[in-house]
Amino acid sequence: MSGYELTHLRTLESEAIHLIREVAAERERPVLLFSGGKDSIVLLHLAHKAFRPAGVPFPVMHVDTGHNFPEVIAFRDRRVEELGVELVVASVQDSIDRGRVVEETGPRASRNRLQTTTLLDAIADHGFDAAFGGARRDEERARAKERMLSFRDEHGQWNPKVQRPELWSLYNGRIHRGEHVRVFPLSNWTELDVWRYIAVEALEVPSIYFAHDRQVFSRDGMLYALSPYVELIDGEEPFATSVRYRTVGDMSCTGAVRSTAATLETVVAEIAATRITERGETRADDRVSEAAMEDRKREGYF
Amino acid sequence: MTTTAGTNGSRSDLLGDTHDDLLRLATAGSVDDGKSTLIGRLLFDSKAIFADQLEAIEAVSRRRGDGYVDLALLTDGLRAEREQGITIDVAYRFFATPKRAFIIADTPGHERYTRNMVTGASTSDLSIVLVDARKGVLEQSRRHAYIASLLGIPHVVVCVNKMDLVDWSETTFNAIEEDFRSFAARLDVPDVTFIPMSALRGDNVVERSARMPWYEGPPLLYHLEHVHVAADRNLDDARFPVQYAIRPRDAAHGDYRGYAGQVAGGVLRPGDDVVVLPAGTPTRIAAIDGPDGDVAEAFPPMSVTLRLADELDVSRGDVIAASGNRPAVASALEAHVCWMADAPLREGDRYLLKHTTRTVRARVADVRHRIDINGAQHESACGALGLNDIGRVALTLSAPVMADPYKRNRTTGSFILVDETTNETVGAGMIVEASGRERSPDVVWDAGALTRERRWSSLGVRGATVWFTGLPASGKSTIAAAVEARLVAAGVPAYRIDGDNLRHGLSGDLGFGAEARAENVRRAAEAARMLADSGTVALVSLVSPYEADRERARSIHAGDGLPFLEVFVDTPADECERRDPKGLYARARAGEISGFTGVDDPYERPDAPDVVIASDSVEAAVAKVLAELAL
Ligand SMILES: Nc1nc2c(ncn2[C@@H]2O[C@H](COP(=O)(O)OP(=O)(O)O)[C@@H](O)[C@H]2O)c(=O)[nH]1
Repeated sequence: MSGYELTHLRTLESEAIHLIREVAAERERPVLLFSGGKDSIVLLHLAHKAFRPAGVPFPVMHVDTGHNFPEVIAFRDRRVEELGVELVVASVQDSIDRGRVVEETGPRASRNRLQTTTLLDAIADHGFDAAFGGARRDEERARAKERMLSFRDEHGQWNPKVQRPELWSLYNGRIHRGEHVRVFPLSNWTELDVWRYIAVEALEVPSIYFAHDRQVFSRDGMLYALSPYVELIDGEEPFATSVRYRTVGDMSCTGAVRSTAATLETVVAEIAATRITERGETRADDRVSEAAMEDRKREGYF
Repeated sequence: MTTTAGTNGSRSDLLGDTHDDLLRLATAGSVDDGKSTLIGRLLFDSKAIFADQLEAIEAVSRRRGDGYVDLALLTDGLRAEREQGITIDVAYRFFATPKRAFIIADTPGHERYTRNMVTGASTSDLSIVLVDARKGVLEQSRRHAYIASLLGIPHVVVCVNKMDLVDWSETTFNAIEEDFRSFAARLDVPDVTFIPMSALRGDNVVERSARMPWYEGPPLLYHLEHVHVAADRNLDDARFPVQYAIRPRDAAHGDYRGYAGQVAGGVLRPGDDVVVLPAGTPTRIAAIDGPDGDVAEAFPPMSVTLRLADELDVSRGDVIAASGNRPAVASALEAHVCWMADAPLREGDRYLLKHTTRTVRARVADVRHRIDINGAQHESACGALGLNDIGRVALTLSAPVMADPYKRNRTTGSFILVDETTNETVGAGMIVEASGRERSPDVVWDAGALTRERRWSSLGVRGATVWFTGLPASGKSTIAAAVEARLVAAGVPAYRIDGDNLRHGLSGDLGFGAEARAENVRRAAEAARMLADSGTVALVSLVSPYEADRERARSIHAGDGLPFLEVFVDTPADECERRDPKGLYARARAGEISGFTGVDDPYERPDAPDVVIASDSVEAAVAKVLAELAL
């Protein structure tokens, strides 16, 4: 036994930092997509570690649907301030106002899908040539085969059939003008890895990840928060119960889970024991069809 | 266990983060060997499958009327594949047990197959090769094993699947093992393990099978949990490719200078004597900053930041290495290349080559041979590599890379080739031999106490090499001699290395075949490099008809930071033949000499020489060269 071994979390951490530094060195205008959710919290923390004691050498960007949890927005602003990074907000409301997209209507309306246009417009407007995202391969089958450094054509589209082979730790981030790359340093992390890392690193996360009492209603087997952004359908009765969130997204399509886990330790224990995937349990957007995610990813979604 | 302070908080015990390490494995199998079923089984039995995922595949199985839950569906990815019922690319799966976390790179068994397998295998510690017990060891299985060996995967597990269909027969299993071993003996895989199993029924995957009492080994999962992989990393040769220079702009860290990177080999400690390559500048490691502050040791694959004892100009692409154990500063590579593009790789092609954190231009000097990966035997010369071919290739580089043989180090021994117009990754390379400043690994470059800068400034000189190329009798030697005379008269040390004269001494043992000519050029270039390093202007006049050889001469100089000027003496062929001062054209025409450049051997015109001399007078030619030399 040599004794020179890294635990798997430290191995994943090292792999992620390596990729973040490669892209920062090779691309001119990277941006880090920061929603205030747990994956992007870990991502931003890794970027911070990668360059310290210098600051993070690129801005962060939030694609704001305007339907966010207020706790998350408050957290986002606090975290950005703490790290001294520049925050760019790309607003879906702006895209609607400018006629780039049309607001969905009805009780099941969501701005989730509209985000793609806002995101691609912002990337083009700011001239970003690399966008870091917190997506993980364990989340969903279409993600399972996406590269860690993933090429997007001039329309921001992903073509799963002609991906660049990714060998060793040699990333090819070369692009022509107008094209960009998406970078996923957390590709090889699982949901449990993310939570364990948050615990080990004692990272702050928005309060909605912990059990709290909330007014919710039940729809299609999921619990949604009562908010100005959703219309109730006949027969849906709001009630108060103890819930927490496994993912953080648009209030209109992110489900809560019943839980009493109020500390990091109990959350980790709950995730370790869960028998349902994060997306299956909490994301209405992915339930639309078996291939929902793949279609959205091709169009340029996160 | 990590030995590094600061990488493990006390909270980690609580969170079960202390014992588990990471095993990356690659799986490959021919269509229908049961690979998807096996992976599904591993995920299912290790409880990495969630209820909603299971529900989804149950629904599909019901719809298709399978009559059982097809676990293979779990690992089935994109829509295109679902429609065709096959996997088309590398997909990654994750599961964990209390002992270890696992990443499976799952590669399909058909079209573009070698490319995907090489991709999946490049990062793997272990490879699972599936064999259908009814079919035995097929060509495909041999391919998998060969690729695992080529990619330096130290552990191979041969899963002899579908044992239920051969009555759990020990004889069948033994015959397959024997067959495979006789083939694998020729490969370079230190650890091969055989496990009889039924992926469909779960025998010997996670649980021991009660139906094969004759098998005494562990089930697959137990083996995966216990195989020792940490020792596979190179902990001997300290290698640190610099990724990023960290220089905070705020006042608090005003004089902080750190070099960020991922350790590619060896164990680095503060106080270690190191050199920065390619310059060869000696220094010491002052401190190592890990992700959580100071660390006492850094080893692969840690991402850290080094601080050095001296203020040096270190940048991305440089390599910090142990001063007594260095990689080759290589301007020419011999490598196994797996070709991944539709358009073939041909002699003379140019690509970008990315090696660790450095990207240089590379030219294909020679495609030596293609490898028949089914039989693991070499084929003869082929001139080109097609999609999914693997072959041995010689490359010359525009600037050096700090390389080790792939067998010694998978990080400093590998590279990718990128097409500069399409930006596609077109090839993956594993270095067999790296040469530049040629030396054996046991010979340490003696930098001496005197630096080049000090020597040159004390003597008031600046070295350089001027390389005259052109047809025989084009006037190279005449012009070189005139330049030499002018320089020496002006008090500038200059010295001529003449191709013909070389063959009386240093190259007296060489003939005129392509290989001998290449070697002659290399010797001339090395001799010129030494002269230039000493502060002399070396003037080489040598036909040097092949572009690859000349490029190598250039890169030998680039690798050492010395100026190199290519002068093309472009006198028309008929004019050269008319002059023929030594009567050689006449003898070649008469058939007395063969392989004579310009008569029966080609001269490859330089693409981008620094100076072209066409019909200039000797005086004008000298002036052109001196102007370009700008001493
Ligand atoms: N009898 C038997 N059938 C198996 C076994 N493993 C896989 N199969 C079947 O072989 C077929 C191909 O399996 P699949 O996992 O899709 O193969 P892949 O193409 O290698 O991924 C399917 O019908 C499986 O149910 C096994 O151990 N025993």
